[in-house]
Amino acid sequence: MSVLSLRDLRITYHTQAGGVPAVRGVDLDIERGEVVGLAGESGCGKSTIAAAVLRLLPPKTTIEGEITLSGENVLEMKAGKLRAVRWTGASIVFQGAMHALNPVKRVGDQIAEAITTHQQASPREALARVGSLLEQVGLPSRRIRDFPHELSGGQKQRVMIAMALACGPSLVIADEPTTALDVMVQAQVLALLKGLQRELGLAMLFITHDLSVLVEVSDRLAIMYAGKVVEEGPARTVFESPQHPYSRALADAFPSIGDARFRHKPSGLGGDPPDPQAIPSGCSFHPRCPVAFEPCPTVVPELYPAGQGRRAACLLVEGALADAQRGRG
Amino acid sequence: MSVPEAAPAPNGEAPVLEVRDLGVTFTGRVGLVAGLGGKKGNDARAIDGVSFRLERGEVLALAGESGCGKTTTARAIMGLLRPQRGEIRFEGRPIGRDLRTYRRRVQMVFQDPTGSLNPRQTIYEIIAEALRIHRITRGPNGESEEELVARALSRAGLRPPERFLLLYPHELSGGQRQRVVIAGALVLEPEVIVADEPVSNLDASVRGEILALLMKLRDEDRISVIVVTHDLGLAWTVADRVAVMYLGRIVEIGPAEEVLTRPLHPYTKALLDVVPEAEGIDRPILAGEPPDPTRIPPGCRFHPRCPELADGSAGAAGVAEACRERDLDLEELRQAHLAACHLAAVRVRDGARAVPEAARAPEAAPAEERDAGY
Repeated sequence: MSVLSLRDLRITYHTQAGGVPAVRGVDLDIERGEVVGLAGESGCGKSTIAAAVLRLLPPKTTIEGEITLSGENVLEMKAGKLRAVRWTGASIVFQGAMHALNPVKRVGDQIAEAITTHQQASPREALARVGSLLEQVGLPSRRIRDFPHELSGGQKQRVMIAMALACGPSLVIADEPTTALDVMVQAQVLALLKGLQRELGLAMLFITHDLSVLVEVSDRLAIMYAGKVVEEGPARTVFESPQHPYSRALADAFPSIGDARFRHKPSGLGGDPPDPQAIPSGCSFHPRCPVAFEPCPTVVPELYPAGQGRRAACLLVEGALADAQRGRG
Repeated sequence: MSVPEAAPAPNGEAPVLEVRDLGVTFTGRVGLVAGLGGKKGNDARAIDGVSFRLERGEVLALAGESGCGKTTTARAIMGLLRPQRGEIRFEGRPIGRDLRTYRRRVQMVFQDPTGSLNPRQTIYEIIAEALRIHRITRGPNGESEEELVARALSRAGLRPPERFLLLYPHELSGGQRQRVVIAGALVLEPEVIVADEPVSNLDASVRGEILALLMKLRDEDRISVIVVTHDLGLAWTVADRVAVMYLGRIVEIGPAEEVLTRPLHPYTKALLDVVPEAEGIDRPILAGEPPDPTRIPPGCRFHPRCPELADGSAGAAGVAEACRERDLDLEELRQAHLAACHLAAVRVRDGARAVPEAARAPEAAPAEERDAGY
């Protein structure tokens, strides 16, 4: 049984200007001990998925499809059950550790609060657990009594990780956990997350726009564009030989040093990510696609098998066009 | 500190910009009571002896962790900070009294395009404001303000410019906003653009386009660019030369191919080691945070974190004591490639003795040889 499974997930925000489809039919499975990387630009729906798993979206948002955590449907849970699942079943390391901690409470108390809210533990027991959690994330346990401003950015992110692990979840969602951090500290935090994930056998959903970070920590990658997964497969294969032109553009945005292909030749896509309220017809990527051809504006591609365990939603994948036309006819 | 200089540019032109032994100190402050008690705050030496030259049509990347002084260097060059020490020369003359002319010819592009544009001005007003501040009413060939603004927008890739003139910043995407910022710089026909993390706030797929624009300005208009960045991959993509900064000093500078594929300084190597790559996560990572500029260590300022000193390599080469005690300047260890490292200097000298200078290939080595040879 998968730790997390999404089936045809569709999420629409409601604003004054009307419905905004942020996620438009996503299927995703994460097995025990597996790290799945979810990549894409801002507005592609990746953080919306993260929030939906723990039902943290605004109350008026429409969620269709199915989200199951270890076999239980999250969307049908009553409030009490939901509270029990949050943090014990799945937890989130949010982006921007700088702002996610309460500045007027000691970090130890903030982690303990996560424990006492979601599990039965006395404050004293909780605080004892916090000490060992801090050591697990590489901070001395005396830091329990520190306030957030006494910690550096990397240390705060370690506190956030300790908090995410506080109730022994089976799934950890890391939403841009290293974006605001410095290069060296980013590497430290990534190594810590990966180490903990291996040690505890955690399932992990790792979200960022930085494909080079994802390929390092993930077993599998899913690339999102305009609310849909456009390519998924084993992390290295997707990164090194992407089949979807958008994945290729993302991979090329993070060049490897020493590779003459990138020297003095920055490569980028023309145009901008689409407005979720006006998603282009057919393949939503076609207006920016360097290899778009005549059926692209009309045929909506599905994920087609693209070899080596990959699936890509592009009509240029071998056999895809025939498949799409058969589907329509 | 003496001023080590690379050989003059091959074309013999004078550098557009020259920075000599620049120092910026932020004064430490203490509370009133402690101050009356005679206590002094700790001064932070944000930059402490930075020297380099920027040639015409060259892209120089200033790289390093946050707090290494790269942004302070950029701000000092822009005249936004008054350095306590050192000199900045533009086209051979020290800048000083005539900041207005200088600022027109050296323009800055900031990190956050949204924050650098006034939300209540139209794109036209934003660009024209730069002209008005510099009291430019006509272009060199008698162009009107409208023509100058339109030309700057189209040079920055916003075409057709008429479409953008009356829009407000919030109506543009992130990439377009950064193009407006660049147009605001271009309208003054600068010689030098200082770009502080020009793409770090942009979406991945848009970055390439902005970088391509910078490359175009370098190639077609021979504008020199200083790119401040923490991203060595970006430096590899755009820079002709790379300067790596640590705790307020340049510790290594040279051609990008050299510095990024055959680094001399252990800090540069450490920075390259943490560039995420498919090869995996089990690579050496420097422990700790960048040190505090109010307490600069004696000797080589990198020595407390230096892996070569920690693992005994420096000791074996007999320089461990120098690392801990003797501060050092940049030294040209390979052609046009300077580094400030006792160990690298010894290794290069030993290597030079073993292999005659002429036998070594002056060209950049491919990436696989990165750690192999000196």
